[in-house]
Amino acid sequence: MASVTSLAPTIESPWALPSRGRVGMFCLIAAESAIFTIFVVAYVFYIGKSLNGPTPTEVLELPIFNTICLLSSSLTIHFAIRALRQNKTGLFSALWFTTIALGAIFLIGTGREWQRLIYERGLTIQTNLFGTTYYSLIGLHAFHVIVGLLGLSIVMAFALGGRVKQEHAERVDVLSLYWHFVDVVWVVVFTVVYVVGR
Amino acid sequence: MASETLAIAPTGLSTRSLAERLHEWAVTVDHKRLGILYIGYALVFLVIGGVEATIMRVQLAVPNNHFVSPQVFNRMFTMHGTTMIFFVAMPILFGFSNYTVPLMIGARDMAFPRLNAFSFWLTAFGGLLLYFSFIGGFGLYGAGSAPDVGWFAYAPLTSKVFSLGHSTDFWTLGLLVSGFGSIGTAVNLVTTIVCLRCPGMTMHRMPLFAWMSLVMSGMVLFVISPLTAAQGMICIDRYLGAHFFDTQAGGSAVIWMHFFWIFGHPEVYVLVIPAFGFISEIVPVFSRKPIFGYPIMVAATVAIGFVSFSVWAHHMFTIGMNSYANSFFAITTMAVGIPTGIKIFNWLGTMWGGKIIFKTPMLFCLGFLFQFLIAGLTGIMLSAAPFDWQLSGSYFVIAHFHYVIVGGILFAIFAAFYYWFPKMSGKMLNETLGKWHFWLFVIGFHLTFDFMHIPGLLGMPRRIYTYEPGRGWEIWNKICSLGVFFQATAILIFVGNMAWSYWKGRDAGNDPWDAWTLEWSTTSPPPVYNFADIPSVYSRRPLWDLKHPEDPDWKYE
Repeated sequence: MASVTSLAPTIESPWALPSRGRVGMFCLIAAESAIFTIFVVAYVFYIGKSLNGPTPTEVLELPIFNTICLLSSSLTIHFAIRALRQNKTGLFSALWFTTIALGAIFLIGTGREWQRLIYERGLTIQTNLFGTTYYSLIGLHAFHVIVGLLGLSIVMAFALGGRVKQEHAERVDVLSLYWHFVDVVWVVVFTVVYVVGR
Repeated sequence: MASETLAIAPTGLSTRSLAERLHEWAVTVDHKRLGILYIGYALVFLVIGGVEATIMRVQLAVPNNHFVSPQVFNRMFTMHGTTMIFFVAMPILFGFSNYTVPLMIGARDMAFPRLNAFSFWLTAFGGLLLYFSFIGGFGLYGAGSAPDVGWFAYAPLTSKVFSLGHSTDFWTLGLLVSGFGSIGTAVNLVTTIVCLRCPGMTMHRMPLFAWMSLVMSGMVLFVISPLTAAQGMICIDRYLGAHFFDTQAGGSAVIWMHFFWIFGHPEVYVLVIPAFGFISEIVPVFSRKPIFGYPIMVAATVAIGFVSFSVWAHHMFTIGMNSYANSFFAITTMAVGIPTGIKIFNWLGTMWGGKIIFKTPMLFCLGFLFQFLIAGLTGIMLSAAPFDWQLSGSYFVIAHFHYVIVGGILFAIFAAFYYWFPKMSGKMLNETLGKWHFWLFVIGFHLTFDFMHIPGLLGMPRRIYTYEPGRGWEIWNKICSLGVFFQATAILIFVGNMAWSYWKGRDAGNDPWDAWTLEWSTTSPPPVYNFADIPSVYSRRPLWDLKHPEDPDWKYE
């Protein structure tokens, strides 16, 4: 077989394909969105179908402070990665820690809300359809916040050990995609549960 | 560049002990080994699911039969359906995708090898969890029981009141766990195909099987996730006392149907699209012609992927939706026939004027074409809502979807086995035994599933464990049950053929079929790293270009 490569049309060079971390994360986000969609559909479908109280209007309060914390954590993580790209590792660590703190405040806020609903308002997952869908949807989201916080904390631990450097910006950026996703889901959940559902 | 330079011959392998080799298989992250693990695992479950089917057909062979009790019969159809979809069809197709896609696109492994291994073991664990229900269904308290809620587990059958013990929990958790495995593999396949193609392998030069694996994996992301969510809701209902599907508390049984079928119907296309991929690779090679209408083929696949997400409620015509919903789902269901028809014509166009070689892989492809067409036609019949009102839940529906899954998908899978076994093992499958396998299976398939349409039309409902004589069903059921033994014999020949050929078969060489995709450029079986040099590709048939430097494809594309 003679050499044919010299005759063949040239390949676009450099042969560049998308980064696998980003593509993989986008695929995961697609799958997760479908899971959330089903829970959101269930929530919307069951609005006003509970046979007994308490109803959302009676017991739900707008978690404004919580929402501000979670959404601003998207900004801090964005600027953290920008700082890392510019090799400002100190600023990166500070902003990264702020992100974790804001996420933790959100989780504590959710916990307090649940405590109030369970012990003061008597709403549990067994009480009625509102309880069932509310705790499932909020719980699913909170679970994703916890997973995100675990991921962020691992990076934080490495950063404190001085192991996160400029060349890791792309990898850390993949994790930030997940965190942004968790925030976007909260916008949907907030709209459905606290705005439409009330 | 000569094809010999694409791979280095493997070095001596046979000096390790059995324990060492088993350990290597257990900890492997190599996409080829994981592919074989998927396939082997699925074959074990194929035999188990086949035994369950045989038990049902023996029970139904004659009226008023008492071969098994009604309770056992319920477990058999539940386990048969669940096993065949989740632990045979899915893993076997993932196995072939895992094995061949990186080779076809000139990559050295999948994008995330460890995720690949993790996904396989999750799937494997899910299957074990499901079958553990046979001994653990009542919590290991004496005799256990398998799930008996049917493979689509309509609410409220899955509620605590109607499903005592843990059999339904095993069903739920088994599917939940294997579902995570499927999502992991789908993420991996999409990423591999998007990010790891060798230089020159643009999207419009990619082999069709890689294209269809891409569409299939993309669909899995949106198909399995709703099932995962719905299984989560069952768990929440059963363990935490919630009311998602609890009609006593205002919950809805119908929403479970929606959630299940928004998974369940696209799932059929998840299974059949890789099967289309097998046919699209094998038919050109055995017709000695390039595929006819490559871009249309890709477009039709993507179109099927999209349309399949808007057809789910045709499983629910009998629940009393309004006429607009009925019309919508009837029309979208019929619309699937258009891209599917395009594909069938493209395969016929590929064969038209070709030098057709009737080796076993091609025989199975021809069986696929013929049977899949009929399966599609009964599908169009059932998509008409009034017709479906009459026949929903009857043996006509059973015959229809077994025509799709056995006559279509399973035949394509057998074709893939005969086609790629030489690459995976380095040995050819025996052609005579292959022809016996094919003809016995064709006879058995048609005896069972052609004649199964008739009792359906005569009003025989699915899932009954026996029936009275004198309704005109006896002769048809007898013929259906007779066919099972032909199919079982064919499967035994197939398994025997694989074992015999693995030890005693003729050496395959790198490229036994004179094929054109990259997996045939490396050794059989390929080395761990697949390609010593990452190949460069200039057309849709890179091996043709290498073999025919005087007339390469890239001149015409």
